[in-house]
Amino acid sequence: MLAYIIRRLLYAIPILIGVNLLTFTLFFVVNTPDDMARMQLGIKRVTPEAIQKWKAERGYDKPLLYNGTAEGAGKITRTIFFEKSVKLFVFDFGRADDGRDIGHEIRMRMGPSLAIAVPAFILGLFVTISFALLLAFFRATYLDFWGVVMCVAMMSISSLFYIIGGQYLVSKVWHLVPISGYAGGLDAGRFLLLPVLISVVAGIGSSTRWYRTIFLEEIGKDYVRTARAKGLSEMAVLFRHVLKNAMIPILTGAVVVIPLLFMGSLLIESFFGIPGLGSYTIDAINAQDFAVVRSMVFIGSVLYIAGLLLTDLSYTLVDPRVRLQ
Amino acid sequence: MRNFQRHACLLALVAFLSGCGEVWNNPYPTQDSGKNILYSAFTERPKHLDPVQSYSEDEAEFNAQVYEPPLQYHYLKRPYTLIPLTAETVPRPRTVDAAGRDVPADSPRVAYTHYDIRIRPGILYQPHPAFARGPDGKLLYHGLTQDDLRDIYSLRDFPHSGTRELTAEDYIYQIKRLAHPRLHSPVYGLMSEYIVGLKEFAEALKAEDRALAAAGRQHAWLDLSKIPLAGVELTGKYSYRIRIKGRYPQFAYWLAMNFFAPVPIEADRFYAQPGMADKNLILDWYPVGTGPYMLTENNPNARMVLERNPNYRGEAYPGEGEERDAAAGLLADAGKRLPFIDKVVFSREREGIPYWNKFLQGYYDFSGISSDSFDQAVRISVEGEAGVSPEMTAKGIKLETSVGTATRYFAFNWLDPVVGGGQADAAARERAKKLRQAISIALDWEEFISIFANGRGIPAQGPIPPGIFGFRAGDAGINPVVYDWVGDAPRRKSLEAARKLLVDAGYPNGRDAKSGQPLVLYLDTTDRGPGDKPRLDWYRKQFAKLSIQLEVRGTDYNRFQEKVRKGAAQIFVWGWNADYPDPENFLFLFHGPQSRAKFQGENAANYTNPEYDRLFEQVKHMENGAARQALIDRMMAILREDAPWSFGFHPKDYSLHHGWVANLKPNHMARNGLKYQKIDAAQRERQRAVWNRPVLWPLGLMAALLAAGAAPAVIGWRRREQSRGRA
Repeated sequence: MLAYIIRRLLYAIPILIGVNLLTFTLFFVVNTPDDMARMQLGIKRVTPEAIQKWKAERGYDKPLLYNGTAEGAGKITRTIFFEKSVKLFVFDFGRADDGRDIGHEIRMRMGPSLAIAVPAFILGLFVTISFALLLAFFRATYLDFWGVVMCVAMMSISSLFYIIGGQYLVSKVWHLVPISGYAGGLDAGRFLLLPVLISVVAGIGSSTRWYRTIFLEEIGKDYVRTARAKGLSEMAVLFRHVLKNAMIPILTGAVVVIPLLFMGSLLIESFFGIPGLGSYTIDAINAQDFAVVRSMVFIGSVLYIAGLLLTDLSYTLVDPRVRLQ
Repeated sequence: MRNFQRHACLLALVAFLSGCGEVWNNPYPTQDSGKNILYSAFTERPKHLDPVQSYSEDEAEFNAQVYEPPLQYHYLKRPYTLIPLTAETVPRPRTVDAAGRDVPADSPRVAYTHYDIRIRPGILYQPHPAFARGPDGKLLYHGLTQDDLRDIYSLRDFPHSGTRELTAEDYIYQIKRLAHPRLHSPVYGLMSEYIVGLKEFAEALKAEDRALAAAGRQHAWLDLSKIPLAGVELTGKYSYRIRIKGRYPQFAYWLAMNFFAPVPIEADRFYAQPGMADKNLILDWYPVGTGPYMLTENNPNARMVLERNPNYRGEAYPGEGEERDAAAGLLADAGKRLPFIDKVVFSREREGIPYWNKFLQGYYDFSGISSDSFDQAVRISVEGEAGVSPEMTAKGIKLETSVGTATRYFAFNWLDPVVGGGQADAAARERAKKLRQAISIALDWEEFISIFANGRGIPAQGPIPPGIFGFRAGDAGINPVVYDWVGDAPRRKSLEAARKLLVDAGYPNGRDAKSGQPLVLYLDTTDRGPGDKPRLDWYRKQFAKLSIQLEVRGTDYNRFQEKVRKGAAQIFVWGWNADYPDPENFLFLFHGPQSRAKFQGENAANYTNPEYDRLFEQVKHMENGAARQALIDRMMAILREDAPWSFGFHPKDYSLHHGWVANLKPNHMARNGLKYQKIDAAQRERQRAVWNRPVLWPLGLMAALLAAGAAPAVIGWRRREQSRGRA
């Protein structure tokens, strides 16, 4: 098992370099260091000297990927790509292009992102699995038919509609919770109620259909027939046997997103004024802050790789037949 | 056990709801209810709060309440008038010759202008740890080690703070900071052209900085006080002199901007200590000033809070203004001590919908009006007067309108061979001019304002907006190339006139008379999203009126800027907001030596006209008066004839505020208006309670619907279980 984990972690290194290179290329295809300087320095009365100084101070005055004027390894190391990327691998994110500490920002914003993402994830999982089991129980009946119709309808609606509709009804018309905002501690509850609810509702359609398909596949298997033949109640068959055996595909979808919960939700955080990592990323993209974009993409990649590893490890817990070598 | 769980849930719900107070949707802590707090919002996080770097409106909203330059604009008077802020009087510029002898302002011997500024004694800085002193009189926090900083994350974590009196040295220190090699003051380039010795000072600082870097101390504090700046002189504890090369009457306006606000050397040293920047403890994050407010919370992800500066000296509310101000109740507080509001909470709102709805619920005290909410908020009367809608009137919401000190325009690149005016051949120049004039007539800006700005703008007759010296209203102020004066209003010339000009330009029916090829022009714009399509179609339609094909080249802002910078854009849409209320700040946009493509200046159209340039050199140094107006009139005539821009419109600002906000008057120059504003917090509390009563029946309805939805499932489940049991 340990050898497997080490091997997977080593695989991660070229993946991270690749992701970093891709982000770097995409970013600099759209933005030149001059553009970044102008964005930070403003558009009024900015002199070419000020732009040069800004770039020099932040190391953006070097070639992007290959430095033909340098000697030896300097051809690679004295480039923007190398200098900006290498520190990421020891999680030194450095400073944003506006001079602020990225690590500090990430630490500050992780809490609000998790405050929405974790309850939304757990509640969403519970609701969708329960609903999917219910539909599987009533398979091929009107309840199942209308349940699926409802799911298709729900998954066809944009999440933006849920957000705006939810804010309009719950906050504006019924005055039950604040429309947007955030507070620390216990007071956060009133600000999180609606975004969490909307996150769960917005995910019901697609997730329920996915889990229903998994459960229906399991229900048709021999061991279920055997369990029924033993005289077990349908409840026991579903929860004790079907759910347990459907865990592998459920875990495939669920565990991989657990680390990504840290990254926050771009839309929800933006509309509800939650100062999380999702809105941090959006702000950085709008401000053409490469340092932040690069850091967030890197963290996202690391978390995704960690999620995939965790998924594989979780298989061994739910299925004794799985051995990782 | 089940009963216990039910009771626990009920108790948690009660505790949760009781935390919400009388209304449940209040986004602010209940303990703040009824307090003298103003609530506002910001969309973009400020990039800079360092007064030497900050140059945008959204940053000034905070900085202008904290920092106090020597001068300010009168809050109520129009046209905009400079008055003292920390200075005792508005300095009278003194012109001298090269030997330092006084000479008249219009003398050709003028070599320098002296601004002698005397500040008031007794002004104190806000409480700040940079000023904290121990019992021995030594500064407490100026030798911090990494250990000392271990548990420090914000200024609040320093147990002690102190203050000191504002002196003239602090103003000098800030002027020196304009040339700081590690800061990037956007006005350094301009100021180095005027302030005597600023360039040399910057070179000396660079050398000092290089020496520090060579010694391995590249982040060490750069002591600006050690190096003298020839053009700024300390003449007393409370007085200093700024020496300007030649004459630059507009310099007084700069003295009302944060670039010339005081920065205490203690703060600069305090923030420069090793380890401070790693914790965002920098002047760019935590301003230090003498103004009515101090920034006590800076979390630009969520909220920023200004609180009353306990050391503020107090300033009196103005006793005079425009004629209508008394009737509007704006003079009712004359002579009262400022500021009126204890605390201002700015919440981050990235999206317009929550912002607007929270304003309607009374959780923001004022709001702008987006296009989406315009019809809900505003009604235009048959006379064309804007007022609030009945829905807003019922809530006591009021509308303030004002014409901004800005101009939006269509620019023709002077370097372009088709629409520009830089051709060697006089006939070709004339053809291009006629083409620009024809397009200027065809572009129906009245229609544009009506369709795309909800009527919020007035068509521009030239670059200078109303309220700025040089603007002429009425018949005398119209652009005769584009408008006729009919009755008592300007009327855009007919399309026939435009078509005739087009024929004269050599493009009858939009085709080149020689080659027969259709005339295709290119518009560079940053509008390229689906929401921009109607506007782009409108542009095409305007050119199509003259049978000219318009190719729109949508691009991102960076590419757009680059094309303009290189002079590669043929026609483009842009705008200009005034830095200060002087015509020079608009006229310089056409000054040849400030061409964007040639000299990286602000003349984005790269327009050049020797007569205009000569007049500009005269006008920029003149005091406002009849002589200056006459020259400006001539310059306007040149611009209208040459038509390097199709003068678009001057935007009108519409803003809403609740009835409990008082003393609100739009001021496009002064950003320090918070100290004049007042709120009736008790009235706000009552209105919030009325507008935000929780509606509970939907909760019951939802529970009933859920139960109704679950019932068939439960019944079906039971039936199945029973049938299985029987089987």
